[in-house]
Amino acid sequence: MRAASLKLLALQVLVAVVAIGIWHVGSSVPIAGKYFLPEFFFSTPLDVFQRVVKLFVSGEIWRHLWITLTETLLAFVIGSAGGVAIGFWFARQPLIAAVFDPYVKMVNALPRVVLAPIFMLWLGLGIWSKVALGVTLVFFVVFFNVYQGVKEVSPVVLSNARMMGMTERQLFRHVYWPSALSWMFSSLHTSVGFALVGAVVGEYLGSAAGLGYLIHEAEGVFDVTGVFAGMFILSAFVLVIDWLVTLVERRLLVWRPQAAVGQT
Amino acid sequence: MEMAARREPSRPSAEPESAATAVRLDGVKVSFVIRGAAVFDAVAPTSFEVREGEFVSIVGPTGCGKSTLLNVTAGLLKPSAGHVEIFGERLAGLNRKSGYLFQQDALMPWKTALDNVAIALEVHGTPRKEALEAARGWMGRVGLARFCERYAHELSGGQRKRVGLAQVLIRRPRILLMDEPFGPLDAQTRQIMGNLLLGLWAEDRKAVMFVTHDLEEAIALSDRVVIMSAGPDARVIGDHPIDLARPRDAAEIRLDPKFHALHKRIWDQLREEVAKTYEEGAR
Ligand SMILES: Nc1ncnc2c1ncn2[C@@H]1O[C@H](COP(=O)(O)OP(=O)(O)OP(=O)(O)O)[C@@H](O)[C@H]1O
Ligand SMILES: [Mg+2]
Repeated sequence: MRAASLKLLALQVLVAVVAIGIWHVGSSVPIAGKYFLPEFFFSTPLDVFQRVVKLFVSGEIWRHLWITLTETLLAFVIGSAGGVAIGFWFARQPLIAAVFDPYVKMVNALPRVVLAPIFMLWLGLGIWSKVALGVTLVFFVVFFNVYQGVKEVSPVVLSNARMMGMTERQLFRHVYWPSALSWMFSSLHTSVGFALVGAVVGEYLGSAAGLGYLIHEAEGVFDVTGVFAGMFILSAFVLVIDWLVTLVERRLLVWRPQAAVGQT
Repeated sequence: MEMAARREPSRPSAEPESAATAVRLDGVKVSFVIRGAAVFDAVAPTSFEVREGEFVSIVGPTGCGKSTLLNVTAGLLKPSAGHVEIFGERLAGLNRKSGYLFQQDALMPWKTALDNVAIALEVHGTPRKEALEAARGWMGRVGLARFCERYAHELSGGQRKRVGLAQVLIRRPRILLMDEPFGPLDAQTRQIMGNLLLGLWAEDRKAVMFVTHDLEEAIALSDRVVIMSAGPDARVIGDHPIDLARPRDAAEIRLDPKFHALHKRIWDQLREEVAKTYEEGAR
């Protein structure tokens, strides 16, 4: 068991070493007088690494990380709250759900990038336009899952709870709510991921801070090293958040036999 | 929760005529509309009673409407005609006086076994600590003291049924509706569970409606066995008092010559009636 996971880790590290090795050789060793990966377009691993270290040492990065994190969390919380509320409401009011169905589908079908400029127009270049973009993404994931969660409550479990003497409020608390939450949590990775995508894309399209801004700024001056450093930090950031989500999920969904049902 | 008074467990099984009627079905008929078009008459007008403290089994071929009758008695399903009386009162809405052990799994999967049992008391205002304590006691009585912290998917089918039983009994309902509670169990465990049920029942003698496919099990446990014909238009085709002495052992009673005589009598009648039903249907 331990040996197997060590072996896996070794293989995973090997992949990174090989990839960086190819990158390094391609960008700094001329083959037949030509660089396979010209530095201007691909930078070099060492430069990128130095840039990442510099960003952290100078402390410049923290502000950007903080902004992106704030936007992500706000988008997630607001989007989830909205999704849960509306999801519940629609699930318990079939008429309303039927009336709004085509519009929900319409809005959800819209690629969110086209909304970014409008949000900037409405909310300015600060964090709220990014939060809004994230919310439009998170909301639908959570909404669909909560709606499903309430709809899919087993009729037998429901009858059993009724026979037990539960009032409508108790049914909500002990049956509908946990069922809806379990569906919502099962899509936690997706919705947190979407919150982050909203934040970064928003920053990228117009802002003065955040990881998206950092990458965009570097691109503006053809600073490929800066772009790669930004991307590297962004992926590391995503990995950390994803890991945290996994921890939360493990705690909250102990009662679930199988892996969570993904959305989108 | 006050404790129901314990009655003498070895009381003779035949109830005195004076015992109050716990459940009365009066001309209950159930028809289902299938996808808004065809009407399916599942249960023909049916009448029968269960007296207080009486253990009645309902036996019949699959699909004859046993679960349907229990659903009607529980107030989960409105009969198309006729009505249900519970302790002399006409039933409207849910039947709050009864506990219902469903044929399918009905535990809340997001609660542990213990919480599933405790919630049945909490819902009625028992403080959580007290409810948990009582639930622990009931988990012990159904032989699952070590499984309190398990979730439904971590229990076997039979264990889930037992948690369900504890969940229903902890409320001490005056009427107990059980739909094939021992369905997924092997013959051996069925008998152990049968004895467990008889023991629990002897404590406060609820009125029981017990659905099963197994005629022997029905005879071993009950005061009366009601036989239903095959559907559609299922109806009661036999109602047999079982005058075997109590307390009984669900396994040993099967060796009793009286048990054999009863079994043969009911089985003969059942066969005859079923044949008749088919002849009528063929005409
Ligand atoms: N919601 C429904 N809509 C249409 N028909 C139904 C519905 N529920 C039950 N039925 C029909 O009513 C009849 C009786 O069903 P029921 O579930 O009561 O049978 P049962 O005696 O409990 O069978 P089993 O022993 O297999 O559990 C069946 O023929 C079934 O197809
Ligand atoms: Mg049934």
